[in-house]
Amino acid sequence: MIIVGMTITEKILAAHAGIERVRSGELINAKVDVVLSNDITGPVAINEFNKLGAKKVFDKSKVVMIPDHFSPAKDIKSAEQCKAIRDFAREQELTHYYEVGQMGIEHCLLPELGIVAPGDLVIGADSHTCTYGALGAFATGVGSTDVAAAMATGEVWLRVPETIKVVLKGKPTQPWVVGKDVILALIGKIGVDGARYQALEFVGEGLEHLSMDSRFSMANMAIEAGAKNGIMAFDEKTRDYVKGRVNKPFVFYHSDPDAHYANEIEMDLSQLKPQVAFPHLPSNTRNIDQVGTVLIDQVVIGSCTNGRLEDMRIAAQVLKGKKVHPYLRLIVIPGTQAIYQQCINEGIVDIIIEAGGVFSTPTCGPCLGGYMGILAKGEKALATTNRNFVGRMGDPESEVYLSNPAVAAASAIKGKICSPEEVMEND
Amino acid sequence: MTKYIGKVWRVGDDIDTDLIIAARYLNDASEENLKKHCLEDVIPDFIGKIQKGDILVAGKNFGCGSSREHAPLAIKAAGISCVVAQSFARIFYRNAINIGLPIITSEEAVWGISTGDRIEVDVNQGYIFNMETGEEYETETFPPFIQEIIKAGNLLNYVKNRVKFNG
Repeated sequence: MIIVGMTITEKILAAHAGIERVRSGELINAKVDVVLSNDITGPVAINEFNKLGAKKVFDKSKVVMIPDHFSPAKDIKSAEQCKAIRDFAREQELTHYYEVGQMGIEHCLLPELGIVAPGDLVIGADSHTCTYGALGAFATGVGSTDVAAAMATGEVWLRVPETIKVVLKGKPTQPWVVGKDVILALIGKIGVDGARYQALEFVGEGLEHLSMDSRFSMANMAIEAGAKNGIMAFDEKTRDYVKGRVNKPFVFYHSDPDAHYANEIEMDLSQLKPQVAFPHLPSNTRNIDQVGTVLIDQVVIGSCTNGRLEDMRIAAQVLKGKKVHPYLRLIVIPGTQAIYQQCINEGIVDIIIEAGGVFSTPTCGPCLGGYMGILAKGEKALATTNRNFVGRMGDPESEVYLSNPAVAAASAIKGKICSPEEVMEND
Repeated sequence: MTKYIGKVWRVGDDIDTDLIIAARYLNDASEENLKKHCLEDVIPDFIGKIQKGDILVAGKNFGCGSSREHAPLAIKAAGISCVVAQSFARIFYRNAINIGLPIITSEEAVWGISTGDRIEVDVNQGYIFNMETGEEYETETFPPFIQEIIKAGNLLNYVKNRVKFNG
């Protein structure tokens, strides 16, 4: 029998299943390092947890609950849901429950606070849990019942995914290209089920040119290609990021040179232009210069995909000294309180308010059509969020387009989807 | 029970979880609320049109998008007995197994089935029979471990059978 090497994903899964090696397709029971839920999925999980007859969570430092979706509570029913996770967190004395005032969008907050470490196995009742793959962790979205079982037992059942290797070549040369464009272009190429049940592993020299915030955006949207997880090997940038944040010992993994991949996809970053995904699938992507005329009513900059400091800085760079189009609403939502505060300190909030935009407290809010910017029938929005499904941000007859923060900011000024070049050329 | 006979509701590819149950209804996870709005943006007044035991037949990547367990819960609460699809998005797949909503994958069955057809689905034996056309299709079988969860009814029962919680 020939023993081939393993991918990062396989190594993390094997380590957490307590076995030497795993093969793709195999079903395993694995120990979890972090079990996450929020104000939408948490209450359902708590209900199931109680039905199990478990009294205490398996480890109060590993069960994380964040009220971020409809929080600060948007209505009475949402307040009940937030209260359900708050009460549970207090009763179980959870280490990592963050109340309004300390909370942020979960997938921005957990890495920021060092709750997820490289090499960890994380499950979360939120599909964008895959974000933490940027840290070299195995992280995947599951349902509330999975979270209930894991809160009680510390384990989860998983099918070991096959891995698609995404080789990033070259360095972005086109202005304003960030990780969001890489992942949108990839989804455009392989489709919304192009990586279904599989791991997307990003490798190559191109990765070195992408910041941690860009990498979080990329891993975040792996689910939009149907992937189980997105993952990147630990490097100097990861090391710098986790330094001073993660205060537990961690292991980082690299794929073996002879690891087995189901497929290999090459992307040339030097040719990549900013991307826009048209309604109603993230795979309906076009280059910014092929968009045509799309008038928009609203721009949202934020979310677990693009609510990080770099995203805020880029938006401010484009908006500085300019005005939002009078027929358009600009809503900017930082991912966490720390990002918010940094935006105040750097003058980013001033720039956005002076441009005529709104700067909000952290929340998932409009991304999933919760609140803080719901669209009326027939309205169109450009958002730095992750999904443009039918009715995602409001009325089923409204439309959502997806882009990076620079394109979103420029489009807010013009009132139509446009390249940042169009608003910066006069500077 | 592993055999389901019912009238078909045929939907297309990439039916996402927002279409199954929109986020605007997620401030209330009660069965009553979820079933009322199940698939309403795909088939208006779906809950008013269907009968208990009806079968949903979908194209590829059914249930893509969010991890909300509310999606399979809404379908189950609406009275749908079973979901057949060309393929399922992975979180929906595990959620359906975990909550005990019968699902079955068949690559070719969906091509020969239309809304209004009566079909027979046997999850255990692994076949789908279209009573209108007389055509029979094979389905994918579940790995043994997942069959154990299905046999227990749902993940909670499966865990309860294996672990005793002493508090």
